[in-house]
Amino acid sequence: MSNGLTMLGRALQDELYSMVIPACCGIVTAGAYPTTSYNVPVLASTFASSPAFASGVTAVNGLNPEADGRKRHVICWAGDGGTYDIGMATLSAAAERNEDLIYICYDNEIYGNTGGQRSSATPLTARTATTPRGKGEGKKNIIKILAAHQIPYAATLSIAHPDDFQRKIKKALKVKGFKFFLMHSPCPTGWKTEPAETIELVSLAVRSGIFPLYEVFDGVNYRINAEPDGTDPAEYFMRQRRFRGPEMDIESVKQWVEKRMLRLKRLESVSQFD
Amino acid sequence: MSMQLVTGNHAAGHSMGLAGEANRGARGAVCGIYPITPQTEIVEYIAKFPFTRGSVVPVESEHSAMGVCLGASMNGARSFTASSSNGLAYMAENVMVAAFYRLPIVMAVVNRTLGPPWNIWADQGDSLMFRDFAWVQLYCDTSQDVSDTTLLAFRIAEDPRILLPVMVCMDGFIISHTSMEVELAEQEQVDRFLPSCDVPHRLDSSHPATMGGMTFPPETLAHRLEMYQAMKRVPEVLEEHRVQFRQEFGREVAGAVSAYQVEDADILFITSGSISTTMKDVIDKRRERGEKVGMVRIKMFRPFPVEQVRELCSGAKKVGVLDRNCAADRGGIFWQEVCAAMQGPGHPMIQGYLTGVGGSDVLPKTVHEVVDDLLERTEAGEPVWKGIEQ
Repeated sequence: MSNGLTMLGRALQDELYSMVIPACCGIVTAGAYPTTSYNVPVLASTFASSPAFASGVTAVNGLNPEADGRKRHVICWAGDGGTYDIGMATLSAAAERNEDLIYICYDNEIYGNTGGQRSSATPLTARTATTPRGKGEGKKNIIKILAAHQIPYAATLSIAHPDDFQRKIKKALKVKGFKFFLMHSPCPTGWKTEPAETIELVSLAVRSGIFPLYEVFDGVNYRINAEPDGTDPAEYFMRQRRFRGPEMDIESVKQWVEKRMLRLKRLESVSQFD
Repeated sequence: MSMQLVTGNHAAGHSMGLAGEANRGARGAVCGIYPITPQTEIVEYIAKFPFTRGSVVPVESEHSAMGVCLGASMNGARSFTASSSNGLAYMAENVMVAAFYRLPIVMAVVNRTLGPPWNIWADQGDSLMFRDFAWVQLYCDTSQDVSDTTLLAFRIAEDPRILLPVMVCMDGFIISHTSMEVELAEQEQVDRFLPSCDVPHRLDSSHPATMGGMTFPPETLAHRLEMYQAMKRVPEVLEEHRVQFRQEFGREVAGAVSAYQVEDADILFITSGSISTTMKDVIDKRRERGEKVGMVRIKMFRPFPVEQVRELCSGAKKVGVLDRNCAADRGGIFWQEVCAAMQGPGHPMIQGYLTGVGGSDVLPKTVHEVVDDLLERTEAGEPVWKGIEQ
C-alpha cells in the first residue's frame, strides 16, 4: 500500500488535490489532525461512504473554481473491503452518476486492518481468518462491474510497473467523470509471504496473467498493457502460505487464468479506438 | 413578506432553499438527497430550487445523502437535507459523524413511526434515536414554526460558538402534509439574516490536515468535552438569534420552551410538536371550567432545557408529560427527561402519558382524558397508554 501511495504522490506532485479515505490501513498511516503525513487535505469517511463524501467534496470544488483555473482533484483511496463489500452500493451510485473523481482500490484480498478476514476480493481457496479451510468462492470481478457502469476510464495498477502506473494516473487527471483503478496490493501478514518478496509477487502476478494490466475506456473498449510472458502461475501461488491447503488445485487455476486472458484479448480485439 | 397556504414540507423546503441561496457569495450550497415518505416533498423542493451557486446530488441511500452533506460541509459549503423513520435509522452512522466533525448541517426530520410493522404516521422515535449524538433538536408545532425554525437552525448551527448540526423536526402528515397559512420568508430577508457559512476547519490545501484520523483517548476526551461545552452554549445563542430573527422578520419564533397559563397553575402539562396546539385549546376549555391548568411546550429537546423546565414547574403540584414516542422499557422519552430534571424532594408529582404512539390521532377528547386522569390522580405510576382500542 505504501509503495502505491508513494507512486500516486509522485504522479500528483504538481496537482491540487484532496483525498477521501474510508476505514482502512491508508487512514491509519495518514496521521492525525491537525497534521497529515500525506501533505494534502485528507478527509476520513465512514467505511461505506468514501464515494459519497467525495461527491460532496467535488461538488463544492465545482462551484468554486480556482482563481488560476487549475483543477482541484478528489482522490478516494480505499481497500478491497471498503470497495468490493461494504462500499459497493455507494461506489456503484457514484460511478452511475459519473462523479468527477478518481477512485483507487488497493486490493490485498482480505480485511487487513482487522487481522485478515475474507472479503469478496479473496481468491478461491485462500485461507483467511474466517475461511480456515480455504475460500469456497472465487474473486469478484470488480473491473467488469465498474465497466458495466460505462464510466470513462477503469484500469488495473501494479507497483511492479511504475511507468505504467504513472501514465495511467496522469491519463485519469485529464478525463472528466468517474475514474476507477484496481491496484494489486500484497499484505505479507495476511498472505503469509516475505515482505522482501512483495514487488516480486506482484510482478509474477502480471507476468503469469493472474493480475493482468489493462484499461477499459467507456466501459467497452479494452486495452491490454502487458502481455503475460509465459511464467507459470504456480510460482505466484507457491510463494504464499495462504494457498497451501489441500483444496488448492493448481491445474484448474491455470485453466481459469488462461481463459480469462483469452476473454480479455477477445474484448480488446473488438474494441474501437479513435 | 407573503402569506401563503402551504404544508410543513413546503415551508421547510422553502426556507432551506433560501438559506442555500443566501450562501451564493461564499462557497455555495450542496445537498445529498434521497426520498422517503413523508419527507420526500422537502428534497423535491430542494432539487427544484434554482440555486445560483448550488448543487444537489441525488444519491442511492440516506447513508450517502448525509455522506454527500458531510463532504460538502467539510469543503466549506452550506449543506442540508431531510429524512424520516427507517431512512434516518439507515443514515445513522453518518448522522453521528456530522456532530463529531462539528459540521453545521441542518436536517429536516419529518417524524414517522419506525417499522416494522410498516407505518407511515407520526411518532418521534426516529429523531429521538439521536438524542445523545450532539445534534441540536428542535420540535415544531406549526408550519409557520417549521418555516422560521429552519432559518433559525442555520444561525445556531453556523454560530462559531456552536458549530453543531441541527435537526428541525415536525410530526409526519399532521404538519408535513397539512396546509396552513404561513408567512414565508423572502430571499432578501434571508440574505440579511444569514451571514455567509464559514466552516473554520474546512479542507484547505494551504494547511493540509487529516480530518478524523486515528487519535488516542486523551485527544478524543478533549473532543467530547468541547462538544459538550458547545451544547451547553446553545440556549444562550438561540436566544440571541431569536432577537435577530424578530428584528429581521418582525415576528417571534418560539424559543426552547413556551409557557401557557402557568402562573397560577396547580397542574401543568408538558408537550412537544403538534400535540402542543391541541393541548392549548384544551387548556382554554378547562380554564373556562375554573380548573387551574397550564402547559409548557418543549421545542428544544437537545440540549434539554433543564433549568427552564424546573423553574416553570416549580409552582405546580402535578405535572403530566405527553409523549408521541416510547422507549420500549421505560415509556415516554420527554417524560424520562423531565423526571431526570426534577429529582429529589420539593418537586411536583410527574406522570407520563403515551399519546399518539405509532401515529394514532391525538384528538381533543384524548387530551381531555389525560387532564381528567391527572386531576384525579393522587400518586404517579406507570406511564398511561392512550389510544389503545379495546
